[in-house]
Amino acid sequence: MLLRHTPKEITGREALVINPAKTCQPIGAMVAALGIEGCLPHSHGSQGCCAYHRSTLSRHYKEPVMAATSSFTEGASVFGGQANLLAAIQTIFALYNPEVIAVHTTCLSETIGDDVPQIAEKARQEGKVPPGKHVINASTPSYVGSHVTGFSNMCLGIVKNLAVKTGKRNGKINIIPGFTEPSDMEEIKRICAMMKVPVILFPDTSGVLNGPLTGKYLMFPKAGTPVEELKATGDSRATLALGEWASADAAKYLDSAFKVPPVILDLPIGLSATDRFVDALRKAAGVTVPASVEFERGQLLDVMADMHPYLYGKKVAIAGDPDQVTALAEFFLVLGMLPVHIVTGTPGKRFEERIHKMTGTMGRPVNVKCPGDMFLLHQWIKNEPVDLLVGNTYLKYIARDEDIPLVRHGFPILDRIGHSYFPTVGYKGGLRLIEKILTALMDRQDRDSTETGFELVM
Amino acid sequence: MRKIAIYGKGGIGKSTTTQNTVAGLAEMGRRVMVVGCDPKADSTRLLLGGLNQKTVLDTLREEGEDVDLEDILLTGFGGTVCTESGGPEPGVGCAGRGIITSINLLEQLGAYKEEQNLEYVFYDVLGDVVCGGFAMPMREGKAQEIYIVVSGEMMAMYAANNICKGILKFAEAGGVRLGGLICNSRKVDNEEEMITQLAKRLGTRMIHFVPRDNMVQRAEINRKTVIEYDPSHPQAGEYRALAKKIEDNGMFVIPKPLPMEELEKLLMDFGIAN
Repeated sequence: MLLRHTPKEITGREALVINPAKTCQPIGAMVAALGIEGCLPHSHGSQGCCAYHRSTLSRHYKEPVMAATSSFTEGASVFGGQANLLAAIQTIFALYNPEVIAVHTTCLSETIGDDVPQIAEKARQEGKVPPGKHVINASTPSYVGSHVTGFSNMCLGIVKNLAVKTGKRNGKINIIPGFTEPSDMEEIKRICAMMKVPVILFPDTSGVLNGPLTGKYLMFPKAGTPVEELKATGDSRATLALGEWASADAAKYLDSAFKVPPVILDLPIGLSATDRFVDALRKAAGVTVPASVEFERGQLLDVMADMHPYLYGKKVAIAGDPDQVTALAEFFLVLGMLPVHIVTGTPGKRFEERIHKMTGTMGRPVNVKCPGDMFLLHQWIKNEPVDLLVGNTYLKYIARDEDIPLVRHGFPILDRIGHSYFPTVGYKGGLRLIEKILTALMDRQDRDSTETGFELVM
Repeated sequence: MRKIAIYGKGGIGKSTTTQNTVAGLAEMGRRVMVVGCDPKADSTRLLLGGLNQKTVLDTLREEGEDVDLEDILLTGFGGTVCTESGGPEPGVGCAGRGIITSINLLEQLGAYKEEQNLEYVFYDVLGDVVCGGFAMPMREGKAQEIYIVVSGEMMAMYAANNICKGILKFAEAGGVRLGGLICNSRKVDNEEEMITQLAKRLGTRMIHFVPRDNMVQRAEINRKTVIEYDPSHPQAGEYRALAKKIEDNGMFVIPKPLPMEELEKLLMDFGIAN
């Protein structure tokens, strides 16, 4: 009982977070930066920040994650980090020669008030940025928001620093896939290709954070969104932002700066959200939905109908990032399940409202907290047990103590593989989610059944 | 919309000068917003008729990030929009970060959006540019014009010269420029000539010489700007003149800060030594 000190009784708790359902802004900024072709993320702060962020990403993706740091010392904290960043930019281009350096700040550099755009401009004027290369930036203090905010801020930084308008529309659709897995980004591109819609998907970590073992190490794999495409986002027909929390800000910026109309959608997880994504794509690009996409939808629907008896009425507790959790909760409702306890660690005004509205049809109260933590989720579970937990690896402690099956989803997953290679978005992703949930529930049923009730066919 | 930041040595009269000038602009029918960037939150007292404003950071601390614009913007003399960023009590926390947070928050909430129809935003910034936070109003996309309030006293001139170093750093990479020096007279010998000369050496000009007059203190005790308290007094005329000069100003430069010896020599040549 690793969490034996968690009391069942819930008391008011204002100033303390226990087992947070979120992490630092720069982690999200790093992920977004890694989705640019030939980009080296740069952490403007002390070395410890950068080391922690890199190791967390390596543990989740099981891939080496490269990032540079301004290596702040006591001196840099007092005198400002300009000298360190100028030297870093020069050294990085000389030694590693990336196309882009994506600088994100840290708590320390934010607090002392370093103005990164000003420092980057100085580097350009001093000739430290070779012609055709780029330094982009995002402001990511960890005492604001979460890793999702950091991802969103770097997406905004990408379009702010790189997007241009030539006046000639390119006929493409921008897609911002949210803080999702490389497999999810790949799946979204596959759906777009099936629909014959030319897209610019950014950031795109597919092939970067789930690459092959070839025997030859590439610091910058031939993957990620190319800079030329990022520049062209200002000429696109529309932007589909998948996930309000992670993607909306960049889409809104492309609208206000270049009049590229934004469509803000949920992450396409589950049947209904994928329907809305496919429909939005169809409308934005003026295409029809091909039979191949309808076929995949039909397969998902078939499995949903076949397996309904095993899912109906099952209670679920969900913890994770707001875009993921919203979409998952909707999918579970469609499956006839009851998402009864929901927390996210990322603050945002509309989350609780959205969940309450969505679960209104359930005919029973729902526990939802934003920002909430896993300690509270555990307390809720002690008061009303659930059949299934869905969320990141940190939920395994609750799963073990309360003996509840856990389906891993979200960030970070530190103790299982699969997320990098098999998507949970789209109709195929819906199938995979159902498969994982059913496996967890049915394994449990097999384990717990009596000898006479042990079923061969399920 | 013109965004203007006022800097200068602590106690030189930045807040008093800013508010009186803003009152002059408001009287001309301009729509002005004043953003107080001082933890003491006393930059809008004369326009609001008292120090009773809830600051941006107080609101943020008490109500979390769900702040509404109406909670932090108050309307003062002549329809001016007033807000105070606020900050920690002396000796704790980080006032510089407070300014970064509160200016970001105002932007996020849309305080400067077109529908607000603002013609001027004034940032009234505490003391010298002591750390990165206090330079926030100079960053790209924030204030484009800086005015430094100065007097003929050595330390005030020294501070003005230091502030120019800060402006120089941001001007090299961005659009911020020095609009001039405002001399808030302390009745030092040869003050006007000396500040004119200092301005010239810095590559700018003294945009106005505000004479010392007890009327300013009298109005201040009554929590009013001179223009509101005694509109016909000559001192009110001085502030109107300053407002007009800022409105018509077309001279925006990247300053050339002086080495210390040159600054001291200036004082020897024009100041008390003569």
